Amino acid sequence: MKEEIILLAHGSGGTLMHKLIEKQIVPVIGKEKLLQLDDAAEIEIQKTRLAFTTDSYTVKPIFFKGGDIGRLAVSGTVNDLAMKGAIPIALSLSLIIEEGFKLDDLERILKSIAETAEAAGVEIVTGDTKVVEKGSADMIFINTSGVGIIPQERKLSGSHARPGDAVIISGTIGDHGIAVINERENLGLQIPIESDVQPLNDLVNHLFTAIPAEAVHVLRDPTRGGLATTLNEIASQSNVVIRIEEEKIPIKDEVKGACEILGYDPLYVANEGKMVAIVDPDYAEAALKALKEHEKGKDAALIGFVEKVETKPAVFVKTILGTSRFLTMLTGEQFPRIC
Amino acid sequence: MVRLIDEFRRPELLIPLLERIRQFDDRNYAFMEVCGTHTVSISRFGIRNAVPKNIRLLSGPGCPVCVTSQEDIDRAIELATLPNVILATFGDMMKVPGTRSSLAKEKAKGADIRVCYSTREALEIAEQNPSKEVIFYGVGFETTAPTVAFSVLEAKKRNIKNYSVFSVHKLVPPALRALLNSGEVKLDGFILPGHVSVVIGLKAYQFLADEYQMPGVVSGFEPLDILQTIEMLLKQVKSGQARIENQYRRTVTFEGNVHAQKAMEEVFKVVDADWRGIGTIPESGLTINEKYEEFDASKRFETKVDYSIEPPNCSCGDVLRGVKLPFDCKLFGKGCTPEHPVGPCMVSSEGACAAYYRYDRFINAEA
Amino acid sequence: MCLGVPGKIVSIEELAGFRVAEVDIAGTTRKVSLDMLPEAKVGDYVLVHAGYAMQVIDEQAAQETLNYLEQIEWSD
Repeated sequence: MKEEIILLAHGSGGTLMHKLIEKQIVPVIGKEKLLQLDDAAEIEIQKTRLAFTTDSYTVKPIFFKGGDIGRLAVSGTVNDLAMKGAIPIALSLSLIIEEGFKLDDLERILKSIAETAEAAGVEIVTGDTKVVEKGSADMIFINTSGVGIIPQERKLSGSHARPGDAVIISGTIGDHGIAVINERENLGLQIPIESDVQPLNDLVNHLFTAIPAEAVHVLRDPTRGGLATTLNEIASQSNVVIRIEEEKIPIKDEVKGACEILGYDPLYVANEGKMVAIVDPDYAEAALKALKEHEKGKDAALIGFVEKVETKPAVFVKTILGTSRFLTMLTGEQFPRIC
Repeated sequence: MVRLIDEFRRPELLIPLLERIRQFDDRNYAFMEVCGTHTVSISRFGIRNAVPKNIRLLSGPGCPVCVTSQEDIDRAIELATLPNVILATFGDMMKVPGTRSSLAKEKAKGADIRVCYSTREALEIAEQNPSKEVIFYGVGFETTAPTVAFSVLEAKKRNIKNYSVFSVHKLVPPALRALLNSGEVKLDGFILPGHVSVVIGLKAYQFLADEYQMPGVVSGFEPLDILQTIEMLLKQVKSGQARIENQYRRTVTFEGNVHAQKAMEEVFKVVDADWRGIGTIPESGLTINEKYEEFDASKRFETKVDYSIEPPNCSCGDVLRGVKLPFDCKLFGKGCTPEHPVGPCMVSSEGACAAYYRYDRFINAEA
Repeated sequence: MCLGVPGKIVSIEELAGFRVAEVDIAGTTRKVSLDMLPEAKVGDYVLVHAGYAMQVIDEQAAQETLNYLEQIEWSD
């Protein structure tokens, strides 16, 4: 059953988007590398392992509590590299600006890009600017591509989770998605939550100083589609079952409250400054300790374990009653609901 | 606040209560809830699998999205595509498939459709867009109908001329009566809706006990509330009682909210309504009455909807009446999934099929 | 049915002749109509649904429900 048109839901990070990518995009243009579907592609050039990634940023509103589209554009791409274990080296920056966009706003965004890049230790080495007619782009779209070098001993991939591994989240979930929703009109809410948007390469490096590289199997940042979608992706790529405990997942009270009002499930809300780490269980405690002693990982928690698959890869959540329920991927968009 | 939610989820209170329910006895019990939010809570907290197998928790027609007729869905879509119209709707209705399209699809094609959390936002939109017609898509039971009634009263008082309502609101007690009259499902008691009851009060359900000897307990939505409700029902059935009890005492009263009731009486009139999967239930729907006719979108705007057909093989009707479980529908998980829903029970976030698909699918595979 | 969340009334004002409360729901605030609860006052905990306050939450009843469950004796 094919949709005749692209819907917003195709971009929301959930199953429709995955189907679009897997069934319509990849088969036409992709070869083996594209099919790996990790956050960044690994390319070997003369014995050097290069990570290469690209991302486009269309977030609205462009300014939100805790950040803006510029900070997001740098952090997002740096994080895709970092999730592959790569040391980010350089970024490209491509701007598509709508006619009529305020120069003050552009300057604000560029400053933010510069600051975030500086903090992440990465240089913007090339770029492009286009201006399109009013109505052809929603204010501003940004694309960043990034390259990094993966140290030989780091072998990270969504397909490397093994039964017995510990599943760790680096901090509270749902902050970014809720911070952004706050600015939407027609919802009339004042939510005191800031986006968690930040580069994580320093946190990743810190983790690798604490435990052996081969103990870290998967790193992934749960962006669009939330933690639930990311865990499902990993379970699918690694062909495992992941079982987490609802109680152990760190969520800020205000995020819980905002989700209750809107009828959202925090497990499906986007994060832009958090990562899932799947590690050898013998090093789980050390990993957790390392994350917690870093500013960006202070709320880290062990939330579950990886298990052998019985029939199909899946993610289960242990409820407060001790029963397990199934955790699916996000299917379309989450709309605020009253029922 | 969060205290009032988290407190009712404490495992140290839940586990002993669950144990008592597990040890109650081995008789078979079937309890039906008629509230989408209960459906979701029961699935999400794993209550369905936590209670012993002899206690069956059935889902009834508690999802107002699911019971909206195909024709009403199509009509809303038609209204949304009229020139100069802004359709304001709760998010719940966006993805519901009509015969030819959905609000989400029409929005993608350019219709001005806005998701609102409240009619208050819709009134604001009307004020900010004086040259447009704002139509509010009024879906929901007695919890939501008063908020729509008040919006009409406010529009009248403030002389907002470009606001109207397409009301497909429905009433819960007549549906309960119709369910019991049909005799299709053998029930031992009802888990009664929490927030509908805030408005209509405990008194609205007395007929269940008096005329049908059916126990009912008004329940809150937290796991503690639902488990306590189940225990209260078990005790009633075991001792042969049939009463209407209130577990949600912190919010529900016998009389309900009188101001809300008055507003509904002022603005709406009760009519027969078409419930998807059940058919026409007498005096079970609300439509804007003559006094407020100018705010009735179905009178103000002309639409021709003669093409509505319900999707074949869709068992939403049977699921809504508790006759079938979502698993029993031919399409469940095959042609009908949350990303490609055929019927509203799957697309609505609180439809039984969606809840089962998301949370209960692997019941047998899991401890 | 229907999502209703508990919130605390922080302030009340009159907007165009209608009473509107600023309600704090676990840190998030929003304006909520008091059309259905004319007797609500600042400091009350109310149930909020679709932008309207539906009922004042009886905190004592809430505590009693919790107490009852805490004191559960094993019965027959």
